[in-house]
Amino acid sequence: MSDVVVVDYGAGNTRSVRAALSRLGRTSEVLSDPQAIRGAQFVVLPGVGSARSAMEHLNQTGAAEALRERFANGGPTLGICLGMQLALETSEEDGGVEGIGLLSGHVRRLHTERVPRLGWALVEPWGDAYYFAHSFAGESPDSVATSEGVTVAVQRGPFFGVQFHPEKSGAAGLDFLERCLSPA
Amino acid sequence: MPLARLIPCLDVAHGRVVKGVSFVGLRDVGDPVELATFYSAGGADELVFLDIAATPNDTATLTSVVAQVADVLDIPFTVGGGVRSVDDATRIIESGADRVSLNSAALADPSLITAIANRFGSQAVVVAIDAGDGVVHTHGGRVATTTPTVPWAVEAANRGAGEILLTSIRQDGRRTGFDLELTVAVRSAISIPVIASGGAGSAQHVADALRVADAALVASIVHENPAGLAGLRREIERCGVRLRPIKENR
Repeated sequence: MSDVVVVDYGAGNTRSVRAALSRLGRTSEVLSDPQAIRGAQFVVLPGVGSARSAMEHLNQTGAAEALRERFANGGPTLGICLGMQLALETSEEDGGVEGIGLLSGHVRRLHTERVPRLGWALVEPWGDAYYFAHSFAGESPDSVATSEGVTVAVQRGPFFGVQFHPEKSGAAGLDFLERCLSPA
Repeated sequence: MPLARLIPCLDVAHGRVVKGVSFVGLRDVGDPVELATFYSAGGADELVFLDIAATPNDTATLTSVVAQVADVLDIPFTVGGGVRSVDDATRIIESGADRVSLNSAALADPSLITAIANRFGSQAVVVAIDAGDGVVHTHGGRVATTTPTVPWAVEAANRGAGEILLTSIRQDGRRTGFDLELTVAVRSAISIPVIASGGAGSAQHVADALRVADAALVASIVHENPAGLAGLRREIERCGVRLRPIKENR
């Protein structure tokens, strides 16, 4: 069995996530099979695409329910970008979408000076710069890091979600991924 | 605002990098994968690949290059040239590119911008505008259209583009500085970010562009000395523009 299951939801750039995992010496496979998601050592919920089509795919395949069971059983999971947003309760993208609901909070359209918010930005309190490309962001009591006032990381129990793309954030991104994969 | 971005642009044809890349320090100047790795290590914030010879027959070649680049690159990259349909965009993004850049295909059919944005999000759609004398040009800047530049940028943004790649055909290749007036005119009319392009001859030129744009595209200034990218970044920062701090490579 692979070290990491990357959840497939029909749209999305899973190749870059897998390439980053492989640079860290981890094997991975792209699946939406609920049993594999429940049993995996580590799961990544990646993020490109639209919230509605992603949730439809996750609900139809049973992956959403498997992610909830995995969360309840303490299985470590990383959500990236849309993958972080989907873990919250609702999103106002696509006219309103119910999320997986692992964490409290809601996803709202950004009102920053330029939208999409594109490029590298410093994340506080961590200090490093990571790459962002988003038009929506989460608002959550489980926020653990911000960037220019925007919530960019959430954590509750075994779920960690980040708005930036660690797989596209150079050495800082790989270091972050490694910390997620091998908790102290 | 996120930090200003410095974006080297690589022209590719038939799967090879063409035009003006100096060979110093590179085993194979034509290999997009090696150059991409080199620029990434040198501190590029992002890369743009433009397929300047894109023909329908080249689709498989381009897709294979994109996949190879995605496997080695840990910074984002955009692919343009020959993106004429949602299917083209899908192939390129599924091969690992972060964004596609549309140029004449978007002018011919602006609904393509919306179709790709609906599928992959606005952040995945760059609209490239080659501007001169107040109008949009096609065919690599050689043919003037009747479409005025600023209204076209506004329409592209309204239709779902996530960024404008704005090239001044007057300044392109002259190395005498960016067209700041054009950049300001376009950027102040829209609320999506703008990449300034055309005219970089010095760090000061790039710094001046980055004060009025979200990113600057650079070509010959880095291709003549790929190893000088890190030094160029330091000079730009000495001109007072903050770039991202580069973490030591693993």
